[in-house]
Amino acid sequence: MLIYALQRLALSVVIVAVALSILTLMLHVAPGDPAVMILGPRATPELIAQTRVEMGLDRPLAVQILTFFGNIAQGDLGRDVFTGREVSTIVFEQLPYTLALIAISIAWSGALGIALGAFSALRRNSWLDTLTGVLSVGTISIPAFVMALYAVLVFAVWLRWLPAIGAGEGLWDGLVHLALPSFAMGISWVGYVARMVRASMLEVMGRPHVRMARAFGLPERRIARSHVLRIAVLPAVTLIGTGAAHLFSAAVFVEVIFARPGVGALLVSAVNERNYPIVLGAVLVTTGIIVLATLVSDLVVAWLDPRQREAL
Amino acid sequence: MSAAQETVLPEPGPLRRAARLLAGNRLGVLGFALVALIVGAAVFAPWIAPYDPAAIMVGPRMAPPSAEHWLGTDNIGRDLFSRVIAGGRIAMGVAAAALAAALTAGLALGLLAGLGPRWLDNLLLLVFDALRSFPTIVFGLAVVTLIGPSLFTVILVVAITSIPIYARIVRTQAQALREAEFILAERAMGVGLPRLVLVHVLPNVVGPLLILASMDVPLVIATEAGLSFLGMGVRPPTPSWGVILNDGYNFIRNSPWPVIAGSVPIVLVTLGFTFMGEALRDIFDPRLRKG
Repeated sequence: MLIYALQRLALSVVIVAVALSILTLMLHVAPGDPAVMILGPRATPELIAQTRVEMGLDRPLAVQILTFFGNIAQGDLGRDVFTGREVSTIVFEQLPYTLALIAISIAWSGALGIALGAFSALRRNSWLDTLTGVLSVGTISIPAFVMALYAVLVFAVWLRWLPAIGAGEGLWDGLVHLALPSFAMGISWVGYVARMVRASMLEVMGRPHVRMARAFGLPERRIARSHVLRIAVLPAVTLIGTGAAHLFSAAVFVEVIFARPGVGALLVSAVNERNYPIVLGAVLVTTGIIVLATLVSDLVVAWLDPRQREAL
Repeated sequence: MSAAQETVLPEPGPLRRAARLLAGNRLGVLGFALVALIVGAAVFAPWIAPYDPAAIMVGPRMAPPSAEHWLGTDNIGRDLFSRVIAGGRIAMGVAAAALAAALTAGLALGLLAGLGPRWLDNLLLLVFDALRSFPTIVFGLAVVTLIGPSLFTVILVVAITSIPIYARIVRTQAQALREAEFILAERAMGVGLPRLVLVHVLPNVVGPLLILASMDVPLVIATEAGLSFLGMGVRPPTPSWGVILNDGYNFIRNSPWPVIAGSVPIVLVTLGFTFMGEALRDIFDPRLRKG
């Protein structure tokens, strides 16, 4: 297990490095002078020349990329050209808001999805089973940003139940402000997770070890919980890694639509200013978190199911 | 046709068998119908739309649906139905261009990884993994910063982020065949690599690739609409569904109709292509179901 974990960790580091190389390469392949790109149309020739030296653009490409890698390895993502603040400080200031949003969305949709999936597998063709089936098809076909617009329309404009703007102050107010955004981000996952857990539970329930447990007279509840569900949630756990990527994309829209602070909102305003250092920092941090989430979900699966450890 | 007659018939051809399987799949039929409707509307958009999508009407702004304006009008008095139809043309165009590019590049890179030297395979796999770990929209925003928002940018972003999926499938298929005995035999007889790829690898991967591509259409359209919603895809005078939704969002407290008009087609496209893709998969390649 330890060797597997270390191998996976090394692979993750390499993937982040490759992702970083792609992003740096893009900056140099894109038409135009990176210094002009970063300073925007307001730049004077003197400022451009100065920035070129500061960014090291006068040195050979290989040296630039290596220096850049070195800086990032030390946690230095560069400086914001407009305010002169550290990019890493700016991104990490916004990160907790986005992580809270994503964590709450995963938590409620995952828990509800697993419960609904398990229940509909145990009671096939019941009304709840039919309902989850309809819910999954219906909600998967609605992108998160469309769902967010409807959440605003129905709950904030028509019913006026919940606030639709900002992050709120204090714990309770913060949670109230998270209700609609996390609903919009999580709802399509409920049906998806439920279908997945249902399918894999039905498959696991047909396996010999379950028949064996039943033959030994173990109570049904216990079989369902510790012999079926434990294996059947595995596909849902691997989903957390890929899910994190989708959720970060969804967070961009949700933060803009609900006027919340966060990495997504930061990214959009940075793109509007053509502020590439901040864009690069935000992309890098989110990508790093996604690779980390994939790593964690792979390790959890390996811990639950020893056979997966040989897969690498 | 009665059952007795049917039994007399010789073995039905593959097309006829596919058609019969499809007829038994109600969601599949619905999917095909929706896709036909949407593609038809996109192709014949200029003839279907009752008004110029950019024309500003003399009548009321943000009007609810009526006999003259089937979906109402938007915040500056443009006909929403005409705009939705025109937006469909953009969406389908982007989907076709982006998926064609992704399929071509994915096929080439997949063959390269599957049949090329080992180090190249490992390198390409790393690049695919890195590309897949970018959230699509976040990566898209980075590209927009560099080359500016445009229709081309959207196509480029979607193509780059979908290449890894197709390339991996081609790679797996090519590798599996590389070790097959009949391939070894053919190689021993002096058959060249181009012929092997053309005769044995391509026919095996084209079907699954096309089915996957049809199921990816909704993702492409959501990405286009999403970037355009943020003002970073198709630029405002052009009526993309995302642009319509953005106008609707800005005036959401005044009228729900622009939001409804912009979102319903996205949902219909998603349902249509998903059902069609699933039906095609079940008919032509039941093995894919497990994947």
